Amino acid sequence: MATSSAEALLERLRETKVWKSIFRRGPARTNRTRSVAIFHNLFLHFLPVKVREKSLRARATYYLGSLTFFLFLILTVTGILLMFYYHPAVPQAYQDMKDLRFVVSNGLFLRNLHRIGAQAMVLFVFMHMFHVFYRGGYRAPRQFNWVIGVGLLLVTLFLSYTGYLLPWDQLAYWAITVGTNIISFMPWLGRITRFLLLGGRTVGENALLRFYVLHCVVLPLAAIFLVGIHFWRIQKDGGLKLREDDERKDSLHDGD
Amino acid sequence: MSEKTPYTTGIDSDAERSPRRIVFITKNTSGKVLGERPRQLMSFPHLVLREVMVLQGLMILLALLSLFWDAPLEQLANPLLTPNPAKAPWYFLGLQELLHYFPPVVAGIMLPGLVVVALVVIPYFEVNVKSEPFWTGDAAKKLKILSSVLAALVAVLLVFEAWTVLVPTLVMGGALLLCKFMAPGTAKPWDYLKSKPLSWWVMTWFIAVSVTLTVVGTYFRGPGWSWVWPWR
Repeated sequence: MATSSAEALLERLRETKVWKSIFRRGPARTNRTRSVAIFHNLFLHFLPVKVREKSLRARATYYLGSLTFFLFLILTVTGILLMFYYHPAVPQAYQDMKDLRFVVSNGLFLRNLHRIGAQAMVLFVFMHMFHVFYRGGYRAPRQFNWVIGVGLLLVTLFLSYTGYLLPWDQLAYWAITVGTNIISFMPWLGRITRFLLLGGRTVGENALLRFYVLHCVVLPLAAIFLVGIHFWRIQKDGGLKLREDDERKDSLHDGD
Repeated sequence: MSEKTPYTTGIDSDAERSPRRIVFITKNTSGKVLGERPRQLMSFPHLVLREVMVLQGLMILLALLSLFWDAPLEQLANPLLTPNPAKAPWYFLGLQELLHYFPPVVAGIMLPGLVVVALVVIPYFEVNVKSEPFWTGDAAKKLKILSSVLAALVAVLLVFEAWTVLVPTLVMGGALLLCKFMAPGTAKPWDYLKSKPLSWWVMTWFIAVSVTLTVVGTYFRGPGWSWVWPWR
């Protein structure tokens, strides 16, 4: 059979020197090698080696945090691909949008993925936050991870907002004009903050360039930095917070 | 630990397997009753596989949505042509709705600033850590405080005619007040609400107001920020 021979091939591959040199282990058949699979891997080592069975249930998290992170990954990939076709200049930016639609192969599909992913990420960040709140996930010892999470909420909103200007159409232009006008109402610092953000007194090509740099460099780096701490802290703070009734069953019996 | 029996406590020294573990042994039971450790599974493959499946599901769903829904693209940006109404992205439409009622400093700077500060300090306030139902303890005093806070809030919202904030506030405040007077066992939803602490009520009120403002800002506002029905 094709599948079994493919499986056999994979098995043989796992035993090779090259495989072991890349993954630092052979096949993960024993609990020891399964542990090694986690903590000898840069991308998995923020996970615990063992997890409580109850925290694997869908209702433990509904995967809201994971989904938010995966959306961030998808947005990074689609965003980099979009950057190949985009010039942060007036009015070239708008022409690039037209080209994405009519000239670039699958350009519209790529932009759709990025747009829908962005909206979904904002939505999932909110859902994740409210879910964690109702679960009591902000209580000791997880207080500071909640604060990091609020930081990530703000970074996500700024990411989405700076990206909103980039198509340079009427929708983008006026949404940013409305939004940045609000900033100018800030006492004392309002006008200077707005000037700093826009690189001028109105939304123009300087604003487009600044939003582009914020959207593609500054804010993603901030997000990666905070996500790193956020994930690391989950494990340091004792894993996921379960539902109260699940948590109680996990604690010691009271001698019934 | 439903019944109040005196018990002795101890701390488990098995720090390798579980960092924190407190033992309660009641006087009339033997020390052998220790309960069980929660069943644990290896993250690889159990957790990793689930995460990969979620990622794949997400990618399939996103790809399908992207095939059938196109990202909007309007005319080239024109500083001389202001659309009416000019709307912010959906997650800021709640703010824009507030700007319709309150002075810009309040709606645009103070309220969002307060929300961020409130979110940050949530874990550091005792009131959010306590999980006892709202109507426990000195109920008469709580009733006094709650009714004066609600009355002040409603008065401010009435002065500014902020209907879209007022309605969810009245619903949530009314539900909390009703909880005091509902006898236990009246209906399941009421028993559920009665068991909720103050932090739950404040957060749920916040979400109710935010959702109302966002939905109204997105679908029910037309030229000059006037009320329109989306189906007309």
